[in-house]
Amino acid sequence: MKLLTLNFLTCARKACKPLPTSFPLHPADATLATTETAFSPAFLRNILPRLDWPALKGLCDELGLPGVGDEAPGPEALFEDGELPESDEDIVGEIEAGKRPTKLAHDLHQLLVETVMLEGKLVCASCGHEYAVKEGIANFLLPSHLV
Amino acid sequence: MSRPEDILPPDLYYNEPTSKKYTTNSRIRTIQASMTHRALSLLSLTTPSLVLDIGAGSGLSGQILSSVPTSAGGPHTWIGLDISASMLAVALEREVEGDLLLADAGQGLGFRAGTFDAAISISAVQWLCNAESSEETAPQRLKRFFDSLYVSLKRGGRAVCQFYPRDERQKKMVADAAIRAGFGAGLLEDGAGTKGVKVYLVLTAGETGDITGVVEGMEGVEVDDHRKKRQKGEVASRKDDILRRKARLERKGKVVKATSKYTGRKRKIAF
Ligand SMILES: C[S@@+](CC[C@H](N)C(=O)[O-])C[C@H]1O[C@@H](n2cnc3c(N)ncnc32)[C@H](O)[C@@H]1O
Ligand SMILES: [Zn+2]
Repeated sequence: MKLLTLNFLTCARKACKPLPTSFPLHPADATLATTETAFSPAFLRNILPRLDWPALKGLCDELGLPGVGDEAPGPEALFEDGELPESDEDIVGEIEAGKRPTKLAHDLHQLLVETVMLEGKLVCASCGHEYAVKEGIANFLLPSHLV
Repeated sequence: MSRPEDILPPDLYYNEPTSKKYTTNSRIRTIQASMTHRALSLLSLTTPSLVLDIGAGSGLSGQILSSVPTSAGGPHTWIGLDISASMLAVALEREVEGDLLLADAGQGLGFRAGTFDAAISISAVQWLCNAESSEETAPQRLKRFFDSLYVSLKRGGRAVCQFYPRDERQKKMVADAAIRAGFGAGLLEDGAGTKGVKVYLVLTAGETGDITGVVEGMEGVEVDDHRKKRQKGEVASRKDDILRRKARLERKGKVVKATSKYTGRKRKIAF
């Protein structure tokens, strides 16, 4: 499961939904891995305004990953003027001519899309429910009395 | 012909052998691909998007989202959820690019507000019309599903659910549940009146109350809005097209598969 996905998952229990502490879920006993994935700065530009930046920052702290800045960058921080370097020729998604992705774009791609949680659990700070993660798949099935 | 939902609940019906057979059957693959392309065209996505796939199974529908070329506004990133661990295990084996969640759409979705640009569901929603236990009813499950889907889409986001309604009553029950959740809804039928009819529920979150205009503006689309009935359109098989596109992307190294130490290994996810 990509760290990106963790920025959107909340506790699924009905009683937790209205509570602010039902997001984000907190990883525990996490095994992380890296997967090589096509670089799409256009996707990042689309998703960036939707990220919960404090949650992303908190996640990096909890996982012991190099942190992100305090301030959420705007989409314009993902591009700069210049020729597309050879190393970026295989990017996917449409980007503006004469622009190339910045280092921040590469870093965010690595963090959000290429870093995955393989094993462990996701814990709700509100109710304490633990969602198991196995082979990168989180189990969100709830016993019927918790739905 | 009996309907699978009448035989067993989905997590038991889609067991290991059935999930494998489903995914390798070339006729099924062709049909799922063409319906996914149809759903995708109804979403009209113009930029690489985050898409939810409900009842994603082994990833036949999702992988089409991953392979939309740059020139067509892709590729899209998707999160798939499914109630069958065996289907998801096949998806893992196939190394699909989307993230996978084991979840019951009838329990509601655990995503924060405005997560997704769009959502698709291919051949899954009819399963929600069967209560899984004596404690819940089909309308309750449909309500939890559509209410949470509405929230998890960004404003103006679209969802397209292709499903196999048992009859007119069930079709209406599903569409009504979506409308009550706040969606603007339209039903579209390819091959209406034939055995191969395909029903698409086209939804918009918080845009217009009437999506008839959206579906009517599209080529080859028939609108079934209970006010008129017209002749059905044919869905062309796009299989060759997809395969060609996929091969081209792979040649260019554009679809980079996850490199995992599990490559090719048989999967069993024991929760
Ligand atoms: C016919 S398959 C379609 C899979 C995939 N969308 C495709 O096009 O190949 C239907 C899928 O819906 C899933 N499903 C049924 N009920 C579900 C539910 N309540 N929540 C999530 N998935 C469900 C089944 O497990 C199965 O994988
Ligand atoms: Zn909770």
